Amino acid sequence: MVKTLRASRNKDVVRGVGRYGRSKMYHKRGLWAIKDKNGGSFPTHEKTVAAEVTPVRAPKFYPADDVPKPLHKNKVINPPKLRSSISAGTILILLAGHFKGKRVVFLKQLESGLLLVTGPFKVNGVPLKRVNQAYVIATSTKVDISAVDVAKYSDAYFKREVTKKKKGESQFFEAEKEEEKSLPLEKIEDQKAIDAKLVPLIEAVPELKSYLASRFGLKSGVKPHELVF
Amino acid sequence: MPFRRYVEIGRVALVNYGPQYGKLVVIVDVIDQNRALIDSPDMVRTSINFKRLSLTDITISISRNPKKKDLAKAVEEGEVYSKWESSAWGRKLAVRERRASLNDFDRFKVMVARIKKSSIVRRELGKLRKEKA
Repeated sequence: MVKTLRASRNKDVVRGVGRYGRSKMYHKRGLWAIKDKNGGSFPTHEKTVAAEVTPVRAPKFYPADDVPKPLHKNKVINPPKLRSSISAGTILILLAGHFKGKRVVFLKQLESGLLLVTGPFKVNGVPLKRVNQAYVIATSTKVDISAVDVAKYSDAYFKREVTKKKKGESQFFEAEKEEEKSLPLEKIEDQKAIDAKLVPLIEAVPELKSYLASRFGLKSGVKPHELVF
Repeated sequence: MPFRRYVEIGRVALVNYGPQYGKLVVIVDVIDQNRALIDSPDMVRTSINFKRLSLTDITISISRNPKKKDLAKAVEEGEVYSKWESSAWGRKLAVRERRASLNDFDRFKVMVARIKKSSIVRRELGKLRKEKA
């Protein structure tokens, strides 16, 4: 609420000296009316009785070391917003990383705010992956992907599985086996399932498949800030 | 080489600078050696420096400082816009605008179409060469 400043009824004659005396101001302020209403005295509040507090006993000993107290945090982490130009089925251009320049299909936004995208893998080799929307150009081209079910994908899906290494003596003596890293079978299956749904949708639009298969790049004389995506 | 386009009342010009940039206007009066009064059916009549005007080949027959109604009629009768759109200059500007409005997918389609076109042209050219040899 905004407090409005009100000029005093008692205007200054000189700075610090009011025009009216104390008793005149008493009448002007209408304090008598308040007294009148409450039987000759100002209304009072009853004193609130403080709840009895059981005294906290002093600790018998103090911690030897200073225990750091965590800083007070009142920062609220809001749920991430999706750029208005991005919606399910939008074709995005990746700008960073191994797949930079690739055009991919946006599937959905995950709870962390990252975007779930895929090439599809069959078309341009981009697997199901998460990208930050800052590293992406949204184009105005869209594919209708309402038939593709992506409910099972979440940030947890992309969590790396941690395999504990055996500790002990044998660790040193055994020749370190270089296990070949390979994608778990179910992930390959998931990719295949998504591709099977997506590819027919993409093929339905003429030239879209070869568009997705090609990389985006700038040529000399092309001004990216003047381009329409 | 003689001049072919003159500053005259009824000369259609293209504004090449300022708030009316890209607009096709008609010179309705000449104020002095630097400025003209320009008008078109859908704008407020204003003065403009000649440096900001590019004269076109199109002219219409109007009196000096015509009323808006008469100007609109003369523009209609003179077929200014259709002449402009069919002129090389007008088409060039239209193409430029169309190209700038293409999105990424459209640009890709144009690129593919150009490749297809040039391959056809090359094939036909090769045929002709063979015939000649």
